[in-house]
Amino acid sequence: MKGTDALGEAAIRAGCRCYFGYPITPQNEVPEYMSRRMQEVGGVFLQGESEIASINMVLGAAASGMRAMTSSSSPGISLKQEGLSFLAALELPAVIVNINRGGPGLGNIAPSQGDYYQATRGGGHGDYRMPVYAPAYVQELYDITMKSFDVADLYRTPVMILGDGMMGQIVEPIYLHERPDVEIPPKDYILDGAENRPSRIIKSLILDPVEMEEHNWKLKRKYDLMAHELPEWEEFMTNDAKLTIIAYGTAARIAKGAVKRARSEGLKVGLLRPITLWPFPEEAIRNLAKKTKLFLVFEMSTGQMIDDVRLAVEGKVPCEFYGRPGGVVPIPQEIARIIERYWLQKEL
Amino acid sequence: MKIVYTRPKCLKPVPNHYCPGCGHSIIHRLICELVDEMNMRGRIICIPPAGCAVLAYNYFDFDVCESAHGRGCAIATGFKRAQPDRIIFTYQGDGDMAAIGTAETLHAANRGEKITSIFVNNAVYGMTGGQMAPTTMIGQKTTTSPYGRRTEVEGYPLKITELIATLPGAAYVVRTSLANPAKIRETKKAIKKAFEVQMAGAGYSLVEVLSPCPTNWKVSPREAFAYLEEKMEKEYPIGVMKDYTAKKDK
Repeated sequence: MKGTDALGEAAIRAGCRCYFGYPITPQNEVPEYMSRRMQEVGGVFLQGESEIASINMVLGAAASGMRAMTSSSSPGISLKQEGLSFLAALELPAVIVNINRGGPGLGNIAPSQGDYYQATRGGGHGDYRMPVYAPAYVQELYDITMKSFDVADLYRTPVMILGDGMMGQIVEPIYLHERPDVEIPPKDYILDGAENRPSRIIKSLILDPVEMEEHNWKLKRKYDLMAHELPEWEEFMTNDAKLTIIAYGTAARIAKGAVKRARSEGLKVGLLRPITLWPFPEEAIRNLAKKTKLFLVFEMSTGQMIDDVRLAVEGKVPCEFYGRPGGVVPIPQEIARIIERYWLQKEL
Repeated sequence: MKIVYTRPKCLKPVPNHYCPGCGHSIIHRLICELVDEMNMRGRIICIPPAGCAVLAYNYFDFDVCESAHGRGCAIATGFKRAQPDRIIFTYQGDGDMAAIGTAETLHAANRGEKITSIFVNNAVYGMTGGQMAPTTMIGQKTTTSPYGRRTEVEGYPLKITELIATLPGAAYVVRTSLANPAKIRETKKAIKKAFEVQMAGAGYSLVEVLSPCPTNWKVSPREAFAYLEEKMEKEYPIGVMKDYTAKKDK
């Protein structure tokens, strides 16, 4: 199954019944899939007049108690940031997909990881965080999409799925399982008319700074809980690795090929692949820092995740960087060559 | 003794923050009277703007969802598509409706979203302190058009209600005024009809209400009502611009 179709199908099977979006390459297959499937399952598909309108339609549907999502690509995600800040502030659940393309500006439509900062730092205004998942395989994309709706509901938060054109276009065999049984607390915050109950307000305006501060701390406690409960990562041949690559998404697929190649030449190389970018799997990296001699961060950008790696490593092990921004997708041999270079240079 | 006038049940018994002579409190009351009279409390959801009426939830005793500046009609679309049997209305000012939210407004109207917009036009940005609005009149002085609005610099007052009346998705489009008690009664009738149009599933309904802002017009409340009638109503003629029920009668 193609990545974008797996994503759409997982959303439908997760109970998503409202999709709002605006066309932008390279993610148009998502709204196209949803426009067909929503009709079949009696859900809502609506093409908004802009990304701004679409994310606000998601907001209205989420405040109605529906599982709602939108998808876009980098420039469109920039436009959605206002809505993301509001979703975070209002504590409304929603799933947002970013099929990251080359940038800044209009850039190009090739696979890129240039939106890492925007995704993990809360690209909208204000003091908020948002879970960000970076799947690397179609099955994982399917599983994570399903899970994202549960995470969104459990923590009442927007959740981002960060992929790229490669993840969206790649075709892999997958198992289309049904939604796992996750107990979601009753949605006692939704607005559906104050029939036989007190009226409700969904708002983020808190004019009193002391009250606003308390709201910020309340959100922070939630983010701390997510930081504790949500980190996910994959480790590949890290046990005896002297050089550990850290890469996510498409870059991790390439890095895995390079690790296999290096291993076949007898080099003890491993891979740590963050699956959640926020919360970042700091603990796992900190533990590896006790064993490995060198971290090599590979990103399809000029270097963004490396900041988080360095924060986790706290200077205990050197961290090197290799990047291919702008939509360039290197082959595993290229990464293998970089590995060999560092292996010799650092006398591992 | 016969009670002839009382506070609507849906209007919370709290003092409001609006300036003396402001039109918002009048429009709030009209809406609350209608929610009571039409028995809508259990199925109505309001989306107020960013602007002076952002605090509408302090006064409305029914469900209210905040909106980012200008996004009311998009949020209302999300609500209505998710809950087609509910009555959804946006309450928006001129900046919200006709500047930052123009796209959301026009496209919701053009899609024929079965929602209602109450558009309060006072020709200034009230909450931020009296800056120029898209509906500021030619020659009108504001804090960001201190020489008066000049068409060669700031362009022309935007008549978004007339624009919307041209869209096939709009079923009922009307402009009213708060200039005197008779016109206030007409405003109430218009809002009632707008809700009825929504309930009939006929399409988008819009009531533009010309409303005084004595604070930012820098006049007394009494002068503001005169200004409303003499200046505002000249630039923005009141009356029904589109009524799908009238078409059906023909």
